[in-house]
Amino acid sequence: MNDIIKILQQNARISNTALGEMLGISAEEAAAQIDQLEKSGVIKGYSVIVDDDLYDKSTVYATIELKVTPQRDCGFDDIAKTIMMYDEVESVSLMSSGAYDLAVEVKGNNLKDVAFFVSERLATIDGILSTSTHFILKKYKEKGIFIDDEEPDERGLG
Amino acid sequence: MIDYDKVLSDKIKSIKPSGIRKFFDIAGTMEDVISLGVGEPDFNTPWAIRKSAIQVLERKHIIYGPNKGIAPLRNTISVHIEKKHGVKYDPDKEVIVTVGGSEAIDLTVRGLLDPGDEVLVVEPCFVCYAPLVELAGGVPVSVPTRIENNFKLTLEDFKDKITDRTKLLILPFPNNPTGAVMTREDLEPIADFLRDTDIMVLTDEIYSELTYGRKHFSIIELEGMRERTIYVNGFSKAYAMTGWRLGYVTAPEPIITQISKIHQYGIMCSPFISQNAAVEALTACDAEVAKMVDEYNTRRRYLVGEFNRLGLTCFNPEGAFYVFPCIKSTGLTSEEFCERLLFEERVAAVPGSAFGDSGEGYMRISYAYSLKHLMEAIRRIEKFLKKLENEKK
Repeated sequence: MNDIIKILQQNARISNTALGEMLGISAEEAAAQIDQLEKSGVIKGYSVIVDDDLYDKSTVYATIELKVTPQRDCGFDDIAKTIMMYDEVESVSLMSSGAYDLAVEVKGNNLKDVAFFVSERLATIDGILSTSTHFILKKYKEKGIFIDDEEPDERGLG
Repeated sequence: MIDYDKVLSDKIKSIKPSGIRKFFDIAGTMEDVISLGVGEPDFNTPWAIRKSAIQVLERKHIIYGPNKGIAPLRNTISVHIEKKHGVKYDPDKEVIVTVGGSEAIDLTVRGLLDPGDEVLVVEPCFVCYAPLVELAGGVPVSVPTRIENNFKLTLEDFKDKITDRTKLLILPFPNNPTGAVMTREDLEPIADFLRDTDIMVLTDEIYSELTYGRKHFSIIELEGMRERTIYVNGFSKAYAMTGWRLGYVTAPEPIITQISKIHQYGIMCSPFISQNAAVEALTACDAEVAKMVDEYNTRRRYLVGEFNRLGLTCFNPEGAFYVFPCIKSTGLTSEEFCERLLFEERVAAVPGSAFGDSGEGYMRISYAYSLKHLMEAIRRIEKFLKKLENEKK
């Protein structure tokens, strides 16, 4: 994997100087490489990973499995694009599972919000055959970052 | 009441406890301390090795095993060294599997020294050599290396310290704490000189897999050096196996025959489960080691860059997992610097002076920590340096 991406995935707010040091290149060169990765579309954006227990306890996440009838000419794309336009939707993925076709991650302010979104917005879209909703109880790790505190370092001093 | 002072030997009472410990005992009682002190990997032992140990527990009878170590491991060690250095050791007569590299060092000095024999200890270095030499009745003679030579050992550094009692030269490269390495070109003049003497070499190559940019070169590869060298290595650092307690020593047969008696009576044999699992380390874990080395290298470059940016001159270490920045510009001794850094900014580092007088003016920073951890440490050190700067005005 590209080393810049590897480091940015751990910390996207790192300075160009530090990034350059880690890679053994100048800060300017690091900036130029990021610029290139952004322009070519490899880097789509930068986000923040939040511990909702500390930030907003009431936030609810759910994964919804959708069975979908593929459309003529565009397969699943059309329905996926319709779904992803909703603000509540965090991610949409096409799955290889035989049991369902699209996996949709939804974020809501509370349980009712999510339930309403599934029954009124998703289930009513043409071509969606069934929905199966799984509420997330606890996130331990997200995008490679530990949400809970890391375990204490018990190493010695050899 | 027993007067324990009278019961205990004068020799053991005269040995100082490890200087690395001091700060960490204090740091252990404080909250929110960022430590840069450890000398062991932050990675876990590769899964293949752990799995192999689990299988041993499930399927085998956990026995003592042969004194010198189980045959498959001795064979693998022999093949491994030959592949790396082109030097062959007889797995039956020239290899002992030890309880970590430390036991290997202890066996060597106890096997070689008579009372009053002198040992050249290249400094700065890991804290165990001089005390073990003293316990074996020998006299450690410190040989400081210098920053001008990137902390490499030169012939001039030790030539004048040789007497008719000099028996052994301890060569600890890649070096803890400096990260210095010795190349073929650096070792040749030393070997040229030693070939005309009866001085033996103990080469401690525990960090040999952790080098950056160039492959490690061992003194045993040079002509005439295998016969006058005791080669020590282990699994702790390269394979992240510190808790498995496994190292090894290879040397010419007459030496192994004698020192294996110390191992036989004092230790009996190294841990059986660890030995079985270690075969897997040497045969199937090159990719895991390469991945760890890659990650260490990123951290190393980052720290060298940052310390130089902060004005704590840091030479470019090519091995181990330590950087050794110079703190002389602050006007503090390394003890004072590290103590204030700990109490004022809650960063724990080891003062260079813990590794010998020639380490004074430096501190040892371990990068066996995540980049996130290291970046927070640098932020605190930068704050501390600004504070020192303001005090001067």
